[in-house]
Amino acid sequence: MTTRQWLLSASPASQMQARLGRAYVGWQSFRQNRLAVIGLAIILLLVLVAALADILAPYDPLASDLTQRLRAPGDGFLLGSDGLGRDILSRIIHGSRYTLMIVALVAITAAPVGLIVGTAAGFLGGWVDTVLMRITDIFLAFPKLILALAFVSALGPGIENAILAIALTSWPPYARVARAETLTVRGADYMAAARLQGISRTRQVLGHIAPMCIPSLIVRVTLDMAGIILTAAGLGFLGLGAQPPLPEWGAMIANGRQFLLDQWWVATMPGIAIFIVSLGFNLFGDGLRDVLDPKRGQ
Amino acid sequence: MPMLEIEYLNVRFSDTPVLKDVGLAVPRNASFGLVGESGSGKSTVLRTVCGLVDDWDGTISVADRKLGAKRDLAFYRTTQMVFQDPYGSLHPRHTIHRILSEPVKVHRLGDTEARVAAALAQVGLDATFRFRYPHQLSGGQRQRVAIARALILEPQLVLLDEPTSALDVSIQAEILNLLQDLQQRLGLTYVVVSHDLAIVAHMCETVAIMNRGRVVETVATGALGDTASLSPYSRQLLVASKGYDRAAVDRFVDFE
Repeated sequence: MTTRQWLLSASPASQMQARLGRAYVGWQSFRQNRLAVIGLAIILLLVLVAALADILAPYDPLASDLTQRLRAPGDGFLLGSDGLGRDILSRIIHGSRYTLMIVALVAITAAPVGLIVGTAAGFLGGWVDTVLMRITDIFLAFPKLILALAFVSALGPGIENAILAIALTSWPPYARVARAETLTVRGADYMAAARLQGISRTRQVLGHIAPMCIPSLIVRVTLDMAGIILTAAGLGFLGLGAQPPLPEWGAMIANGRQFLLDQWWVATMPGIAIFIVSLGFNLFGDGLRDVLDPKRGQ
Repeated sequence: MPMLEIEYLNVRFSDTPVLKDVGLAVPRNASFGLVGESGSGKSTVLRTVCGLVDDWDGTISVADRKLGAKRDLAFYRTTQMVFQDPYGSLHPRHTIHRILSEPVKVHRLGDTEARVAAALAQVGLDATFRFRYPHQLSGGQRQRVAIARALILEPQLVLLDEPTSALDVSIQAEILNLLQDLQQRLGLTYVVVSHDLAIVAHMCETVAIMNRGRVVETVATGALGDTASLSPYSRQLLVASKGYDRAAVDRFVDFE
């Protein structure tokens, strides 16, 4: 029996095989979408570059050499050098670590918070719902970047605080998505059946409702990644995110602003990096939506 | 003593009375039918008994125990329900194994593996179904899983809410035979809600006819043939169940 047959078996022999089979079917349908695969490749590349930054980077990203400042791309530096003579390619390679860190930390903090708030509000209803959703509304009433700015100003500039601020501002849409899904699931017969089995409320939320919300939440988070990267870059650009000399992409653009007209590459190269990674996450999210959308039937 | 006894049950859904002074008694190991047109409250009776309706008053006793506002874990081991639509009553992201093993774990019955295997065998599904997802099953197979889930806690009273109306006619008989077979083997008590008089007449010894939240009358199913002794509403329901007849429909009246 080949692995493929084992995965597609109509009568799996274990919970594990059933799950893997399901994942394999999802991968099959994901693979049909060329653009989504490109998006996935970009994300994998980002992870790889971040992991191997020390090996891949030709120069030290922090070593400045004023005799080599503002060299054009190709002139000893593949992507040119910045105002302090630092290699832009090396800085972009090392900057991928910060981008990845921001994205990962925001995803693992904001998404669970949104999921818990949303499912709790939707499932419990009543005053819990009212209180939680009004708090969510208050957060949603401010533009994300402005709110993040306010948080960073209060907490003090720095990449950790930027991440915290972004996480604090990005959970409300997830709570809304989770609540909307919960409301559609709550009245289903299988939830009534769960009640009749004597399954506790906590178990109902975590074991029965959350699995129905997670797919749309994952899609939403992935599509938000581009926005998160841009917000982080925006904070970096305004000097409130990563502090110099850290090679964060947004801060690098801010750095190149003063040379924008004559030495275009200083600001453009990190800009292209941001663009490619954001695009990658968007393409991946689109493909993921086609696979995970629970309303797609089956 | 009856397995299920309901007296003066009243239920309101935000000021609209849904059940009015409903009373019935179901003896042990019997099948009791509840029939009536849509909206007559027959499903609400079942949902109230098993605790899915919060706002009710009256008396409900199951196995000689009066039910309070909240149902405890022990209650769910005496009473279970099978839902109408097997496409909606199984969690789409849980395997059959998970669906059947979760109640066993929650009630700490132990021996999960053996219980799940036995529950599947009991409803005529072989072991290959165990780790499938509901979408890999047909409607009849899903309803078998739903029955297995209801029986895995070894209840004495099983509430059947139109157990076959979402299924093909060819599958209906299969499921009905399975239910009757299980009743005999396990000594179950059934309350069957249906709008199909033929099913109720086939399965049940006694039937309560409901209209607008009231029990109009309770009769032995054998007496359904003798229409003269029935109340006017029951007679009309019997005529309606025989199929569409323009002349008969024109003679129908509204009973309050």
